[in-house]
Amino acid sequence: MSVKIDNLQIYYSTLRGEVKAVDGVSFSIGDGEIMGLAGESGCGKSTLGNGLIFLEGRMRHAGGKVTLDGKELPIGNPKAMEQHRLRSVSIIPQYAMSALNPTRKIGRMTSDLLKSRGVDYKSVLEEFRRRIALVGLPADVLDRYPFELSGGMRQRATMVISTLLNPSLLIGDEVTSALDVSTQRAVGEMLMEFRDRGYVKSTIVITHDLSILAQIADTILIMYAGKLAEKADAQTIVSNPLHPYTQQLLASLPEVGLRYDEAPLVGIPGRPPSLLDPPKGCRFRDRCPVAFEQCAAEPPFVELHPGHEVACWKAIQDAQSFDEERATQGAAR
Amino acid sequence: MRRYFFKKVVTYLVTFFVATTIDWGIPHLMPGNPVEIYLGRFNISSNAQYLALQKTISQAFGVNVPLWKQYLDFWSGVLHWNFGISFYATAPVTHIIAQAVPYTLALLIPAIVLSYVLGNRIGAMAARRKVLDNVVLPIGYLFQAAPFAWLALALSYFLAVRLRWFPPSLGSNPGIGAGWNWAFIWSAIRHWFLPFLSVFLVSFGGWAIGMRNLVIYELETDYARYLRSLGASQRLVRRYAYRNAVLPQLSGLALALGVVVGGNIVTEVVFQYPGLGHLIFLAITNEDFFLLQGIFLFIIIGVLLANFVIDIAYVLIDPRTRLSMTGATA
Amino acid sequence: MSVNTEPTGPEAQAVAGNAGAAQVPVPPGEAGVMRPVPGGGSVSSVMQSRRRWEFMYFAVRNKKLMLGLVVEAVFVFIAIFGSAIAPYASSKTFTPPGLHPSLNHLFGTTYPFGQDVFSQWLGGVRDSYLVGALGAVSAGVIGLAVGFAAGWRGGWLDELLQLLTNVVVCLPQLVLMIVISAYQTNRSTLFEGVFIGVTGWPWVARAVRAQTFTLKARDFVDMARMSGRRATSIVLKDIAPNMASYIFLVFVLLFASSMLVAVNFDFLGLGPTGTMSIGDMMNLANQWSALQLHVWWWFLPPGAAMTLMVVALLITNVGLDEVFNPKLRQQ
Ligand SMILES: Nc1ncnc2c1ncn2[C@@H]1O[C@H](COP(=O)(O)OP(=O)(O)O)[C@@H](O)[C@H]1O
Ligand code: SF4
Ligand SMILES: [Mg+2]
Repeated sequence: MSVKIDNLQIYYSTLRGEVKAVDGVSFSIGDGEIMGLAGESGCGKSTLGNGLIFLEGRMRHAGGKVTLDGKELPIGNPKAMEQHRLRSVSIIPQYAMSALNPTRKIGRMTSDLLKSRGVDYKSVLEEFRRRIALVGLPADVLDRYPFELSGGMRQRATMVISTLLNPSLLIGDEVTSALDVSTQRAVGEMLMEFRDRGYVKSTIVITHDLSILAQIADTILIMYAGKLAEKADAQTIVSNPLHPYTQQLLASLPEVGLRYDEAPLVGIPGRPPSLLDPPKGCRFRDRCPVAFEQCAAEPPFVELHPGHEVACWKAIQDAQSFDEERATQGAAR
Repeated sequence: MRRYFFKKVVTYLVTFFVATTIDWGIPHLMPGNPVEIYLGRFNISSNAQYLALQKTISQAFGVNVPLWKQYLDFWSGVLHWNFGISFYATAPVTHIIAQAVPYTLALLIPAIVLSYVLGNRIGAMAARRKVLDNVVLPIGYLFQAAPFAWLALALSYFLAVRLRWFPPSLGSNPGIGAGWNWAFIWSAIRHWFLPFLSVFLVSFGGWAIGMRNLVIYELETDYARYLRSLGASQRLVRRYAYRNAVLPQLSGLALALGVVVGGNIVTEVVFQYPGLGHLIFLAITNEDFFLLQGIFLFIIIGVLLANFVIDIAYVLIDPRTRLSMTGATA
Repeated sequence: MSVNTEPTGPEAQAVAGNAGAAQVPVPPGEAGVMRPVPGGGSVSSVMQSRRRWEFMYFAVRNKKLMLGLVVEAVFVFIAIFGSAIAPYASSKTFTPPGLHPSLNHLFGTTYPFGQDVFSQWLGGVRDSYLVGALGAVSAGVIGLAVGFAAGWRGGWLDELLQLLTNVVVCLPQLVLMIVISAYQTNRSTLFEGVFIGVTGWPWVARAVRAQTFTLKARDFVDMARMSGRRATSIVLKDIAPNMASYIFLVFVLLFASSMLVAVNFDFLGLGPTGTMSIGDMMNLANQWSALQLHVWWWFLPPGAAMTLMVVALLITNVGLDEVFNPKLRQQ
């Protein structure tokens, strides 16, 4: 397991109190695995992604542990973290299209960045060029300013720069959002290509849009209100989701072939709870169509089937009765 | 880039045209008749004498021909660099202006350049050092907020009248004739310093505060966050932020030109410094309209030239204006 | 999004941040307006009430804002009740002239007229506020209209209005006013205030134009898509309140710069006839050799009042900016 996250908590300190944006999250990602992280806007996906590389402003590492390649990642310690950035953990930020300095040529900016990280630009230049070509950018991009490129081109350039030093973990935050469907697919394929070529070991693809994950992710992690709801391989999540939230997310997806912005925006009724003072028990309870008494207690995130983890009392109950049925059937036979 | 300069030049031409028309039109459109105002200054008792004088003056002012011809005559004068005779100084307007210009430039150019350069440096330093910020911010605001006239009066009173470190007025010691000798140069520098300091301080406050805020803003932009996320050194992030913050400061310089020119006029008046500002004041108080017209156009030309220089500097440091072939709506 | 939709060049840049040209304060550009609240759309309608609450919460805790407002309140009080609390009529003369500051005459008397400086000063604050308000309102209205029209309609109208804006920028305000006023013998406060506004709007127009562009081009559409909300709801709940705060900041700065322009103007003797503003006081002091005669109490208090009023406005502006814009709150 190249990435292992144990009970991670990342809070925002605000004057009104702590926003518990990531509140006790545990999972792991294997080598060569692309893990999709999905959930509604505001559920803490970006906080989780950024937290693994750079705690900015009011973000605080409130607890938990991150292990990368067998060593603990000092995410709460900015100084110690510095050497890991770009080298072992890297990010394609949510704002990838505006992530490049507008007044520096892309090659020059990369060279400045690498130099400040103690890496000789010349030694990676050839590889840089190769990857620029790989993502379909013209060779002269290095001599161009960001404003001379389209948003999509800037995003691809950012992807290449972020992965130039072959990090073990890459976080791609909303890399496919605000793109049209064919570009989404292309970006997804690039991420797979990066993995296949060994540019990155493990990848977390963050999105609020499940449909793209079905195509590129090996496993999918569903997050709700700062906690994990469900995790399974992509096929299982799409075809056999167990958490009511996942089921509703899938039901709200636009039909295949419909353009994202033409799709009727159904959404899930209700809104997520405040993370400032999250309710006890299951956080999905007041939106959940199948909630029952037991949901007043917090459901554990348990593995109900091999590789399929869920945090839902209903799902646990179903699984138990399923097992019991099986057992009685087996006994009868 | 060509489009950029084309637009700039069009702007300058239109401005010049508008300014010239205003310069000509105002005396004609305003209720007071310049000839009457001018004659009012003399104590003329007999009516015949008055009429005779009125005729002469009208001729001298060129107002005894149709309006359109007067307008064209005015343009012809402008293009021939002829603004008529100053009644107050009884000399060609261009001649008097030429004597005043060196003094004004000697104040303005160093004040603008030094306040800009130092203000940017110190503002950027304040943006990242809390201790310095606590000093720069209040002082900067104080200077930025001080009326030019007041700072000039205060400096003149304390440093010249009270402490006698500097002479309180004029451009040089009247006893020393102008010339390239040390006595004159030293006297000119001593007279120059306080007016320079007044203009400098007010501008400096503005630049320092502007730069401080811009750098703080730049440090929060996406590219700065990205660099930090990837572990870039503080130095690199700050260098980028500084470079990018200078761009809006430079366009601010174009905006500020008019203000500094205005402030300079007021400062010259306080110190009776013999530049264009003091001259414009004399022209107003003596109702010398030809002189006023000439100075006005002269200042406009100066401001347009300065704008042009700033535009060139901008193109040199901002790749976006340099390279964008389309869409540069500037 | 196409490659070059954003305006570039000096004009656009001038508003991208807190460009602080000397006495031409330019309000925070994008920093102030288009940033959506943290966490994006899903919290926004809850934020409506919460935001108002949050505004007050941060407002009363912002030292700069509070300090600025308190100083401003003192001067507003003076402006309103100045003539009521003035100890003497400002034209009343006392002998001998040129009295030092004392309890009878807080700021002494003038020389050689022997008028009470404090009483004149109270009236001067009022006149300056009046002109500042007139200038700010007229410049604000013109700048908003021009900037919004240019940014919203684009095309030839934009080109034309930009040309107009750039021409007015190139005409130095004070010099233009000197030329016009020199021929105008009967000048009123209204004339001066409106004049300041008519010549002082360009940076407002540029700022508003850029904001309108941003609003139209980028965040508007993206926010709608990302959060799945209707466009109208975004305009009403996110953009309008933010734009309102931005316009408020613009007015604060316009107010400050208009008062300063008026001082220059009055100091040259071109202000409204028959009033005694701060600039007029300094003008008279200068003309009657107050410096050489050491009548410092004649010219120091008026300028100090003006400086304080403007500093208070500037830090009110910064404080408000911090309150409106969470990004700046950190310190
Ligand atoms: N700077 C911040 N200060 C306080 N709260 C924040 C900040 N940024 C995000 N949050 C809160 O943290 C939660 C998670 O945000 P985020 O991780 O950006 O969500 P996502 O990426 O899933 O849309 C949201 O409820 C948001 O309101
Ligand atoms: S635990 Fe209860 S409330 Fe939560 S999702 Fe499951 S059934 Fe719904
Ligand atoms: Mg996000």
